[in-house]
Amino acid sequence: MKRRDFIYLTGLGATAAMLPGIPVMGHDIHPERALEKVDTTTKKRMADVALNAARSKGATYTDVRIGRYLNQYVITREDKVENIVNTESYGMGIRVIANGGWGFAATDKTDNDSIAKAADLAVAIAKENSRLLTEPVRLAPQKGYGEVAWKAPIEKNAFEVPIKEKVDLLLSVNDAAMKGGANFINSYLFMVNEQKYFASTDGSYIDQDVHRIWPTFFITKIDATSGKFETRNALSAPMGMGYEYLYARPQDKIQGITTLYKNRYDMLEDAKAAAGQATEKLTAKSVEPGKYDLILDPSHLWLTIHESTGHPTELDRVLGYEANFAGTSFLTLDKWESKKFNYGSKLVNIFADKTQVGSLGAVGYDDEGVKCGQWDIIKDGVLVNYQATRDQAHIVGLNASQGCCYADNWSSVQFQRMPNISLMAGKEKKSIDDLIKGVEKGIYIIGDGSFSIDQQRYNFQFGGQLYYEIKNGKIAGMLKDVAYQSNTQEFWNSCVGIADESDYRLGGSFFDGKGQPMQTSSVSHGSSTARFNGVNVINTARKLG
Amino acid sequence: MAILTKDEAQALLKKVLSYSKADECEVNLNGSNNGNIRYARNAVSTSGGVSQTNLVVSSAFGKKLGVATINELDDASLEKVVRRSEELAQLAPENPEFVSFLGPQKYAESVTFVPATAAITPKLRADAVAQSLQVAKEGKLVAAGYLEDNNGFAAMMNSKGLFAYNTSTNVNFSVTMRTTDGKGSGYATRGYNDITKLDTKAVTKIAAEKGLKSAAAQAIEPGKYTVILEPAAAAVLIENIFFGLDARQADEGRSFLSKPGGKTSLGEKLVDERVTMYSDPLNPELPTSPWAGDGRPQEKVTWIDKGVVKNLTYSRYWAAKKGVKAIPSPDGVIMEGGTKSLDELIKSTKKGILVTRLWYIRNVDPQTLLLTGLTRDGTFYIENGVIKYPIKNFRFNESPVIMLNNLEELGRPERTVSVETNTNYLLPPMKIRDFNFTSLSDAV
Repeated sequence: MKRRDFIYLTGLGATAAMLPGIPVMGHDIHPERALEKVDTTTKKRMADVALNAARSKGATYTDVRIGRYLNQYVITREDKVENIVNTESYGMGIRVIANGGWGFAATDKTDNDSIAKAADLAVAIAKENSRLLTEPVRLAPQKGYGEVAWKAPIEKNAFEVPIKEKVDLLLSVNDAAMKGGANFINSYLFMVNEQKYFASTDGSYIDQDVHRIWPTFFITKIDATSGKFETRNALSAPMGMGYEYLYARPQDKIQGITTLYKNRYDMLEDAKAAAGQATEKLTAKSVEPGKYDLILDPSHLWLTIHESTGHPTELDRVLGYEANFAGTSFLTLDKWESKKFNYGSKLVNIFADKTQVGSLGAVGYDDEGVKCGQWDIIKDGVLVNYQATRDQAHIVGLNASQGCCYADNWSSVQFQRMPNISLMAGKEKKSIDDLIKGVEKGIYIIGDGSFSIDQQRYNFQFGGQLYYEIKNGKIAGMLKDVAYQSNTQEFWNSCVGIADESDYRLGGSFFDGKGQPMQTSSVSHGSSTARFNGVNVINTARKLG
Repeated sequence: MAILTKDEAQALLKKVLSYSKADECEVNLNGSNNGNIRYARNAVSTSGGVSQTNLVVSSAFGKKLGVATINELDDASLEKVVRRSEELAQLAPENPEFVSFLGPQKYAESVTFVPATAAITPKLRADAVAQSLQVAKEGKLVAAGYLEDNNGFAAMMNSKGLFAYNTSTNVNFSVTMRTTDGKGSGYATRGYNDITKLDTKAVTKIAAEKGLKSAAAQAIEPGKYTVILEPAAAAVLIENIFFGLDARQADEGRSFLSKPGGKTSLGEKLVDERVTMYSDPLNPELPTSPWAGDGRPQEKVTWIDKGVVKNLTYSRYWAAKKGVKAIPSPDGVIMEGGTKSLDELIKSTKKGILVTRLWYIRNVDPQTLLLTGLTRDGTFYIENGVIKYPIKNFRFNESPVIMLNNLEELGRPERTVSVETNTNYLLPPMKIRDFNFTSLSDAV
């Protein structure tokens, strides 16, 4: 893991455990400097220096990524600003094939000599490692696109919004939560802008501008007498959007037992609701373990999709490249070849899509210059495809990459990463209420919580934020201490209902970790509310002492 | 980059401070060379190296703090970064919890740097991997592994007269050996400050043996079992106690150490009286930096003494508010044990399960520190003191606090690496009764 390359945020308090290590790469900059851009002529010149230097040393293929990675994080608790972080990381990564093997080197010095030296080093590493190869790298053909550009279709660049406005928003959210009865609140705004330039010996020069945002909070409510406490996290989603995500609109709200959000988020409203719900949790009924029919909200289901469909269909895991760390996959090639592996019920259609507007994984081209698109992963319940990069495409009989290559920084080597993987909405008209109506004994789960899955992605356990007992088609009250355990194939085969397109929403992971050294990526997972029958629910309450 | 000597670092930091116009200024300087090599499917997949320098300037005007960072060390850049931190401080809202920087401190002489580790070359890395691959070839197994080494220095100085300096090296190695039919999988990991202690061939042989012996695992019913946790398995559970040792969280009532009425477990018995855990930067087996990132000295601290919580970690703000010593979070944790080897622990077990690795550990309930996760890469059934057969993996739901109250026996501590955080620890293998396995997994 490359932890020492990161500045890790401190002072995240009790909620730090709720987030993975929050990496902030790069050095601090004045917020206004984030709005300056590096012009493409300069980047093209730098790229050509690298491409020519590598070729002259014997590389048979080279790609260059020039990246400017901007982060702005605003961190508050109760009535205080804990930290405001503005960082920039700028440099170039050069990847080559020489003697049939990969080599990689990176530099943050952008003069011609330093670029050429990095290219030399990449070639030297490729040659050194080629003696430990079993077969040469085989790249799927890829046409050059010439000079092209792609920009995320955002409405308001979050880096243009004054910090004061962001601080004021978070402090008003905190104030609302405290007035609503919370004992503690930590709130955050994470904003990212990746300015990426890609060039390769195939003849592509691709300039891209990617934006992501994640507003979130963690509320704690304590019962001083009993010493018990409960928490409720935000129901927001990290999005591939600008600051407009925070401009709430009525049409993006789904009213129900609690308000749920689509393409805009009302942070203030959610914090008020959360404070009340954290209090309600303290006296909620502790769940009776057993089998329940689960109604899973998209704010929860995204993580189950991520862990049980997203990761096991990563082709590098299937092939064994992640065996020492993240693990392999139960979705072995023979299951795909059979064309009849029953992954889920007939209702289950899961697709990859790197183009979905507002999603975290949306880009025009991936980090090896492949134009992005969409494809089926699970079709009518059957495994039909994986997620591949250029050097893996031939293994699954593809004559082109699916565009699943990503590196989290110019200094990291790109490798296979998950595209947005989503559950298709139900084809029949069906609302959340329609789903709940049919359940005799069930639990309605909203928001993501604790999550864990084995290294081949069979056995998982998930918690949530809000749990409501369903009795005879009606919500009977709040539950707590809920987690469900299941087996991936069994779980997806128990899917008996999916709400229609009007309920479709995105959830996602801002800091998904994979690889050695560890790299993070951001990925969205869409779904409508769905029903799963007869899932094993455990009670997680314990007593100390 | 070059690793600056103490004198070079001191001279550079003095220069940076000379540019300061703030009420207070503190400068941290780090430099490191990091190299890695990764392999899978019996071949090298990626390798690389990152060299970097980082200079961080913190400037304060009253309770307003600004932080700026740079990686160029010429005079103009140094002055620029100081000015930038001052501009950011002026922009920042006042932080009521800001604590004035520390004055001069006394630090112990560190033992964290080993020249042989600092001299690792790409060839040495490739050779180390070649030895591991040789074991795979001979055993007809599939190897995947990762070797990562680091050497670096850290220095800091502030306008109150504090100066600190340290150099360190580290190498972590891990390897997974799978049978070609995918039915067996074994894992081993080691971490050292000194590369000469690392024998990738020997470590790979341990993983290979586990891989072969774990094939054709049998399913047994989930439930409560006596388990023997190897140090690598214990590490990922025990470290969660240390992530939650913050006094403020406990005082605020939102930690497993919180008690009714605003009280905490500090000074009270939390776990079995045979449990003693401490940190000691000068321990020869697990040396760590003699100072923390904010300049506080890292001293030998006993956290749990014979089962009683003796110390919690404090931010300087919270310690001042509570009127206690501000003890920083430890860099390395050592748990005392006994003299028995792992084999001896197995021999004295009538019925139980040997757990060699745990995986995907997540907090389920922060009030009780209930964790979930799974066994992985070699789980075995023990009967009448011998390993009878490999068993299928389990999911567990267990709290390390409850677990350490169900302690049967501790073995001889050894240095190990957490697969979750990459942190090195010195921990004994431990025998625990009533460890709670809640479901079976088909994963290998």
